Amino acid sequence: MLELKRITKVFNEGTADEKIALRGIDLTLAPGDFVTVIGSNGAGKSTLMNIISGRLSPDTGEVWINGRDVTALKEHARARYIGRVFQDPMAGTAPHMTIEENLALAYNRTKRRTLSLGVTKQKREWFRETLRTLHLGLEDRLAAKVGLLSGGERQALSLLMATFTKPDVLLLDEHTAALDPARAELVTELTKQMVEQHRLTTLMVTHNMEQAIRLGNRLIMMDGGQIIFAAEGKEKEELTVERLLEAFQRIRGSQFASDRAVLSS
Amino acid sequence: MFSSVEAGLIYAVMALGVYLSFRILDFPDLTVDGSFVTGASVAAVLIVNGANPFAASAAALLAGFAAGVLTGLLHTKGKINPLLSGILMMIALYSINLRIMGKSNVPLLQQETVITNITAVWRQAGLDAAFNQLVSFTGFAPRTWAVLVSMAIVALMVKGLLDWLLKTEVGIALRATGDNKPMVASFSANTDWLIVFGLGLSNALVALSGALVAQYGGFSDVGMGIGMIVIGLASVIIGEALFGARSVARATWAVIGGAIVYRLILALALRVEFLETGDVKLITALIVMMALVVPNTLAAQKERQRKKRRVRQLERGETVAGAETNYKSV
Repeated sequence: MLELKRITKVFNEGTADEKIALRGIDLTLAPGDFVTVIGSNGAGKSTLMNIISGRLSPDTGEVWINGRDVTALKEHARARYIGRVFQDPMAGTAPHMTIEENLALAYNRTKRRTLSLGVTKQKREWFRETLRTLHLGLEDRLAAKVGLLSGGERQALSLLMATFTKPDVLLLDEHTAALDPARAELVTELTKQMVEQHRLTTLMVTHNMEQAIRLGNRLIMMDGGQIIFAAEGKEKEELTVERLLEAFQRIRGSQFASDRAVLSS
Repeated sequence: MFSSVEAGLIYAVMALGVYLSFRILDFPDLTVDGSFVTGASVAAVLIVNGANPFAASAAALLAGFAAGVLTGLLHTKGKINPLLSGILMMIALYSINLRIMGKSNVPLLQQETVITNITAVWRQAGLDAAFNQLVSFTGFAPRTWAVLVSMAIVALMVKGLLDWLLKTEVGIALRATGDNKPMVASFSANTDWLIVFGLGLSNALVALSGALVAQYGGFSDVGMGIGMIVIGLASVIIGEALFGARSVARATWAVIGGAIVYRLILALALRVEFLETGDVKLITALIVMMALVVPNTLAAQKERQRKKRRVRQLERGETVAGAETNYKSV
């Protein structure tokens, strides 16, 4: 479904600030794979997400989705195959537009936009049905401006907007990191529910090791722009935070460099 | 006063264009100062050369669209910042407008224009008498109702079209582009083309307004666009402050209202003995400054008072919600 072939990316090449963000990343996601990505700050997780979505282009390497080379496609063109939720709850929605207008925008992700009405009676009914699955009561607030919603509600809406059109690949970029624990838990549950419901091929970056272990069928750990550890199936099910930290230390010979990740265990 | 309302309705079309770029796209587009004159010049030159005034106005609309598209391309493809793209286009258009007219002023006094056409038809139909009868109790009888009514229809048509457009799939993407641009790309809309299209449409309206103003005033002049963007902003800001902007349909009403109120304020201001016609731009700038500064100052003052109240409550030893926090060790 998603194939990354020898992706490299260097920032500020040839200057004193040169930083190699990704060193030859190879990764293949089979249809229905749910891969969680962990790694210390600066490991290249976000760069990887941005390269898959097309916001950044790789220096070398290719991105394939659904057997198609999309490396040359711009972000908006590639978005036909990709659903995405960002870390910042503000980033995934238009605050001055209503809930139904936001959903209408997301509804057109896979379709050509025309001069027909964005929110029809039929679509409104469907939006209402879909919103009901969130159990947040948003179905009764279709005409409310999204800016009035709480961070958790906005993030749940973003998640719905990214998934209800069944993307080939779903990218989740630390989408629960900015929420308080209770709301993060809610959005995590919704994520699980939606990924399972639509059998979405998913790549989820998280700082929370416990979450990374609990969700998905595969886990990869990144450091210094490389994938240094991968587990799937039974091996992943038996993982614990301690074992992950141990693995990191064994491979890298140093402590895992993110206090946030350790604390959230 | 009557002519202020007439003028307000014609300028409302320009203000709706500014609303589209400034509010919907969040793009302060200074092209307006140039494209307004482009509309006026194209229409004036075509009319002087014997073209049908309606066709001439339509040509003006297209010319404005082209100008807006160029500004959009400068910004999206040329990666030039929005303000600078507009300023560059505005300056370029100054020369282009001179070229179109061949001189700095084209009079239209003896020409057949949209305004004279409509007025003639109106007279034949004898509609003025009917309207005068309607308001006979006030003893008020203007020169003609033709301009007021026809321009109101034009403004309402533009408003209706804009309301409809902004509700379509394309329109929703257009609005989202001004609201949260990175997010729009992640839902597979090409924000570059949306901006180019939006600015084209905005300047098409501005140019149409320019063409109508030229025909209403009886001339096109290369300097008639100076400060036009500020007048547009004044209309948008005054309108929103007076009539609200909760939805697009409401906001477009407000902009039309704002354009008329602006003309009325100006007419009243000019009745003050001390002020001259040349002070118009200064007055406009002051109106916009006040409309921008006053709401902020009021909000800040409210906030200060709220804090003071809270401090007093604390001093009296009352518990204030949220004032006590237990920091648990993490």
